[in-house]
Amino acid sequence: MTRLNPRYRFDSYVVGSANRLAVTAARAVAESPGSVYNPLFVYAGSGLGKTHLLMAIGHHAMEVNPQISVEYLTLDEFIEAFHAAIASGQGEAYRHRYSDVGVLLVDDVQFLTHRREMQAELLRLTNTMLASGGQIVLSSDRPPNDIEALDERLLQRFAGGLVIDISAPDYETRVAILNRQAEERKARFDPSVIEAVASFPIASIRELIGALNRLIAYQAVSEAPITSQQARAVLAKSMPSTVRVAPQVVAAEPASPAGAAAPEAPRETTTHPTLTSDEFGAFLSEISSAVARQVEAWRGRVAEAILRWQGEGYHTERLERLLEGEAPVDPDAALQDYEEDIAQLRQLEAEAQELDAQAGGLPVFRDPNRVEEARAEVNRIREGLSPPPGPAPIWRVEEFVSSVTNVEAITAARAVLEDPGHRYNPLVVYGPVGAGKTHLLNGIGNVLAEASGSLVACLRAQDFVEDLIRAIDRDRVAWWRARYRRITALLLDDVQDLGGKDRTQEELFWLYNQLLESGRQMVFTSAVPPAELEGVEPRLRTRLEAGLVVELPSPDREVREAIVTRNLRERGHEVDPELAAYLASRPVETVRGLQELVQRVLGAAEMEQAPASVGFARQLLEGSPAGPFRRSSGMRTSGLLSPTGSLRSREKIVWDWPDIADRLIEDPR
Amino acid sequence: MSLVNFTTREITCKIVYYGPGRSGKTSNLQYIYGRVPESRRGRMVSLATQTDRTLFFDFLPLDLGVISGFTTRFQLYTVPGQVYYNATRKLVLQGADGVVFVADSQARRLEDNVESLQNMQANLLAQGVDVRGFPLVLQYNKQDLPSDLILTPSDLDDALNFRGYRSFPGDALRGAGVFETLKAISELVLKRLAATGSGAA
Repeated sequence: MTRLNPRYRFDSYVVGSANRLAVTAARAVAESPGSVYNPLFVYAGSGLGKTHLLMAIGHHAMEVNPQISVEYLTLDEFIEAFHAAIASGQGEAYRHRYSDVGVLLVDDVQFLTHRREMQAELLRLTNTMLASGGQIVLSSDRPPNDIEALDERLLQRFAGGLVIDISAPDYETRVAILNRQAEERKARFDPSVIEAVASFPIASIRELIGALNRLIAYQAVSEAPITSQQARAVLAKSMPSTVRVAPQVVAAEPASPAGAAAPEAPRETTTHPTLTSDEFGAFLSEISSAVARQVEAWRGRVAEAILRWQGEGYHTERLERLLEGEAPVDPDAALQDYEEDIAQLRQLEAEAQELDAQAGGLPVFRDPNRVEEARAEVNRIREGLSPPPGPAPIWRVEEFVSSVTNVEAITAARAVLEDPGHRYNPLVVYGPVGAGKTHLLNGIGNVLAEASGSLVACLRAQDFVEDLIRAIDRDRVAWWRARYRRITALLLDDVQDLGGKDRTQEELFWLYNQLLESGRQMVFTSAVPPAELEGVEPRLRTRLEAGLVVELPSPDREVREAIVTRNLRERGHEVDPELAAYLASRPVETVRGLQELVQRVLGAAEMEQAPASVGFARQLLEGSPAGPFRRSSGMRTSGLLSPTGSLRSREKIVWDWPDIADRLIEDPR
Repeated sequence: MSLVNFTTREITCKIVYYGPGRSGKTSNLQYIYGRVPESRRGRMVSLATQTDRTLFFDFLPLDLGVISGFTTRFQLYTVPGQVYYNATRKLVLQGADGVVFVADSQARRLEDNVESLQNMQANLLAQGVDVRGFPLVLQYNKQDLPSDLILTPSDLDDALNFRGYRSFPGDALRGAGVFETLKAISELVLKRLAATGSGAA
């Protein structure tokens, strides 16, 4: 095995348009061996930096991960070692020794031509490396397809990774290489000398460095610093005649016989110039070279984009077709179109993924030629989403009866409606059963839902739990999340029912954060203050307390009477204040109970075709003869009403405590 | 103006020779015209007075042929140097991709050079062009005159070239520095093309 040359690193590798792609790929491979482009096959003419690049990969891989094992060897070394191992009967052991190698760098694989046995070995080695997750990087002076009689399976393996070339360095890269080499050798040249060397169309970096070496040697024996003219003269002598012709003019055929001859050395004396008829030819040659550099730069940019987007998993046929064409294209326009399509695909994919996690990664989101299909796919997924349950329309916030006892809750609700999402977020309303929390919650929800574009989720916590369970059961949790992430407000009734529902709390926690962050209103109701919620995780409990927590107490007499009055009126009855006061005084615990009580009295009166009076109501509810209703303190009633309005027991409840005898509660059960 | 047009596969560069009257702008174009093979040059349009002073402008189209698939043309213009033709100068300067400022090296013309340079900057600025990032080179013409009549390139640099543009001594009548100047401005224009993208307009 050859040791890595310590000088061959990425930071000493001059990057230009000719090798930028290869260097980008090489860096990617060195930083994530075995996961990006595997195998990586680099091909380039002799002296263009393949070995440097391979060793740079090795160095960089070890810098990134000092534990990784890196081996560099030329194909010849590989063959020799293999033959030696076979001769000593250690063939199998030799094969196994690569199984622990993290990065294997094989140089000069073009010598595989017609060597079936070694091709089989290399195939085996490649398979071993791929199977063990190791990175294999190969270099050659020609593309795999041009290696004569190469095993088809090897070709397929190489094609499965990345095959990339390094072309001859452009002018700027040549200048940069020469500057770096001169600096390393501590040689100082006038910039015009470096430019003169670089302007010789030397394709190989080795030859370029050789040319520089000749100038260094020339300068060492000269007293004065070498001029660009002398440099040209020195190099022209040692160059093959084919190299002396400037190649830059592609199509222009100058009329002058001298035509596109080598660029003239700049005239040092301008006041007495030697006038030549090929000035225009020289000018044309140099300008042509500059134009060609600008125009041909598009290929590099497009190829770079192909490499990048392929690496990110996108189809690049559109860009590849550009490269296949001979005619130059506007790279800005082509790449901008392509990248705009990619941006759209990413946006669509993100949306699809949010709606349905399984939709992410669909092939349609990876092909910029299929943006319309991708859009249709997202629409399809979006349409499949039904909104979460909304507020019940029967509850109107304006019908909520206010009194001194519930004014705080109502004021908070109004504040929320005035500035949803910002004033009190979340609003938590707690109070006993029948206090009207559900009414208030749905009332708020209905007002919020009137805003255009709003999507209000208003449901019982128990329904929220069950909805999630169904989603889990059908493996559609992402879809479930997406439903709730679209909402503009979340109103959850009876959050005490979330106690012990860890998964639901988890989901609510994340949803809470998201809604809060985006300024979307949340309202919760609970039977107890958040601090007393049992089985609710502290992180959620504290969040419920983070907004405004208000109590909604049981309806007081004033509220109860107003509710009864409204119910009587809604049922088309003239409101008898005495009847209203009597019914409101009944020991019914909930607003719903009061409504049912009114319904029961009115229904019975209608059946018996009797007027719905206080006497009738008392007769019906207490079984005692109708008498004048006396609204006074110390009022006593007997029996409790069930929610349906019927007497359930003979419990006696004392409403006021005028004397000791009345402080007894009988429980005949 | 459109510098590179990928649709029509054309590169067109408009280069304007600017400077005081009689500094040698037309001479530059005439020298180039004389060196360009007939097949590569268009007709040089020169609107001159009877005394050979440029009345409107000179125009020399150069066809560099097809380079890397692009038909490449340079259009060289001169402006009339006389002070009272400023409207024409503004017109010619419109859409220029680069400017060659041809200064007269004679010491007695220094003031005219400064005035013309200021006029050029003002006219460019009026077109929204900031001269600091604009392709511009200076040519100190008539360096062939007796040395006691002229300022050296170094003196002229001190007087005119405080922004450090590339400058060339020249003798436009005999061609010294003419193509060097043209090459320098062409390269600057093409470099700017690389820096600003396609430049298609």
